[in-house]
Amino acid sequence: MSNHLTKLKLTSAIAGFVLSAGGVAAQELTYMCSSDGTECTTAREIFDRFEAENPGVTIKIDEVPYKAILESLPVQLAAGTGPDMAKVTDLGGLSQYYLDLTPYVDAQYWEDSFGGTLDWYRSGPDDTGIYGLHSQLTITGAYINKTLFDQAGIEVPGADASWDDWAEATRAVAEATDTDFPMAMDRSGHRIAGPAISFGAALFDDSGEAILVDDGFTGYVQKFVDWHNDGTMARDVWAGAGGSSYQDASQEFINGELVYYYSGSWQVAKMDDNIGDLFDWVVVGSPCGEGGCSGMPGGAGIVGFSGTEHPELVAKAIDYLAQEENYAEMTAKTKNIPAHLGVAASGVEYAGATEGAANALNAWGAQVGKVSPVAFKYQGYKNNRAMFNITVERVTQAIVGELSVEEAMERAKEDLAVALAEAE
Amino acid sequence: MLAILTPLMRVIEIPMTFLEKRLGMKNPAWLFLLPNLLLFGIFALLPVALNLAYAVTGSDAILLADRPYVGGDNFSALLQCDSYLDPNSCKDDLFWRAVHNTLLFVVLQVGLMVTFSLCTALILNRDIRARGFFRAVFFFPVLLSPVVVALIWKWILQREGILNAWIDGMGWQTFNWLLDRNWAFGWSVFLSIWAHMGFYTLILLAGLQAIPRDVYEAAKMDRATPWRAFRRITLPLLMPTMLVVLVLATIKGVQTFEEVYAFTGGGPGTATTMIIQYIYETGFAGAPRLFGPASAASLLLAAVLVVLTVVQLWLNRNNVDG
Repeated sequence: MSNHLTKLKLTSAIAGFVLSAGGVAAQELTYMCSSDGTECTTAREIFDRFEAENPGVTIKIDEVPYKAILESLPVQLAAGTGPDMAKVTDLGGLSQYYLDLTPYVDAQYWEDSFGGTLDWYRSGPDDTGIYGLHSQLTITGAYINKTLFDQAGIEVPGADASWDDWAEATRAVAEATDTDFPMAMDRSGHRIAGPAISFGAALFDDSGEAILVDDGFTGYVQKFVDWHNDGTMARDVWAGAGGSSYQDASQEFINGELVYYYSGSWQVAKMDDNIGDLFDWVVVGSPCGEGGCSGMPGGAGIVGFSGTEHPELVAKAIDYLAQEENYAEMTAKTKNIPAHLGVAASGVEYAGATEGAANALNAWGAQVGKVSPVAFKYQGYKNNRAMFNITVERVTQAIVGELSVEEAMERAKEDLAVALAEAE
Repeated sequence: MLAILTPLMRVIEIPMTFLEKRLGMKNPAWLFLLPNLLLFGIFALLPVALNLAYAVTGSDAILLADRPYVGGDNFSALLQCDSYLDPNSCKDDLFWRAVHNTLLFVVLQVGLMVTFSLCTALILNRDIRARGFFRAVFFFPVLLSPVVVALIWKWILQREGILNAWIDGMGWQTFNWLLDRNWAFGWSVFLSIWAHMGFYTLILLAGLQAIPRDVYEAAKMDRATPWRAFRRITLPLLMPTMLVVLVLATIKGVQTFEEVYAFTGGGPGTATTMIIQYIYETGFAGAPRLFGPASAASLLLAAVLVVLTVVQLWLNRNNVDG
């Protein structure tokens, strides 16, 4: 009997060990990722090494459209069915769901390496947690089709040229070369914010409360609407869609239908891959106004979510990506501007990038110093997504003539009041 | 048929008898209805109750426990207007723009679709060559996904689409069809008719074929003209079917979303934004996600659909009784 019991205990112990070992082997993390180029495949390559160094751990990458990150992920998180990690762009807006990595990582390394971008993921000034690895620092600004300028024999405006200078020059180029559109800007509240700030928009009042609309903002919107009406801006991009949906004009630029394209640094890889030798394209940054020559900083970051069953492992995986050599590899392969101060200081060798792409990335890097403090504050504001969406919706209504610019701005103020009240 | 049903009913009687006589259950039918009632309750009644709960609470929180009670505020915000005919005078102008667009869309789409469906059904009811082929051709778009329908027509109508390529080839001036408010709306109505007409044509065709031939023969003997026969025989006898088609098409029209959303995104501006798109964008695509106003708007829409459904049920019953 005793022997029988001993066998039973031994069998139970072995079974328990096997089951628990099976539990370790089944540690799978899901990473929801969207890509402008090679972000997800590069993450896959680095995570492959992480998996090799951590036997029994697998990271499953769900590559989804950017729209799913914007629209589906927040609902999944609210319902408690989100992934373990994701690449997000609504940095402050999702802060309530983030996993604080502080207990699991070398906090000093993160503070030293990522400095100010850590704030963009925090819920407010009192929050000191570490939540996101800013994998993709971006700056908004413009690309031009240099070949069209050369063909037209028109000089490219200088670094301190105003928006009016650019509008005039691009109209002349488009007319001389029979190009469809002089200018276009992505349909995004984030994109229009840089020019508005350059026009003197403060976006926040003296007490730091979001106001969105002021004289500077209205001034740029008026000009933007006028340019749509006189054919300077391509109407298809903003007027061709409804709601607050995102629309870019990269394809028009790649097709050579556009002289001047206001977008951002994340398009470099796409331009490099798709334009090739078809024409010369150059980064010219942001035009100037009375508020400076500012673009908007931004980008995407990799975060973990507090709902994960493996918080330590999630932190370990993100920390692995944050290590200098891995981060440098990720930046080089995805052709992005580094947010890691050590990587930025050492310089990035963009292996395989063409001369045009390398020049473009350097030009974007030089734009970082021109970014207004207002733009940094706007990017770090947790309800900025609401302000972006309101801007897109109401400015579009002014462009298509449903509302005057004054009416649109009044509506934008009311929308913001409702949104902030609900968000609180 | 009876030979199959009778043994089947005997099999069913066994548990019924057991439940009634041995266990003393007075109405065992409920036991059999229970699974279906449970599914209906979980997937139909519970969402309606949740919708109501969201409509009377505020904030962007998704869990009801985190949402403060606001009573009828969401409804009053939606309905607050100086004039319901002018969306700009309303507190939530986007809701009323969507309501106006949906009403105009339903009037145009349903009116034109029933007319075209009737004409098509009349033609397909005649003894024409390749009648079966044409019936299939008209029904084919019904089988397509709304998104596919939208993409097909977008490729045709966009700035560098097939239509403009043809216009350009003819040496004429091209036109950006989807950037003009009126054209974008008109094309949305057109593609919706194109996509759904086959279904209603089929119903009307069945209605036409149910009209007895001898009535027409009698009219012919009385020297009635074809037009008179259509007005005095076809239309009155087809009217019950027409009414059902009208109500079904209206319900479907009010619910229009996918094809127009994929076709124009609701633009230019809000020119083709329908009520369902307003609900979707307010509740899910915006930031913050305003579940309260979205739920309130969906309940108002549900009230309209309930009225239309009651009308349809009433018409159906009259048809059966008549």
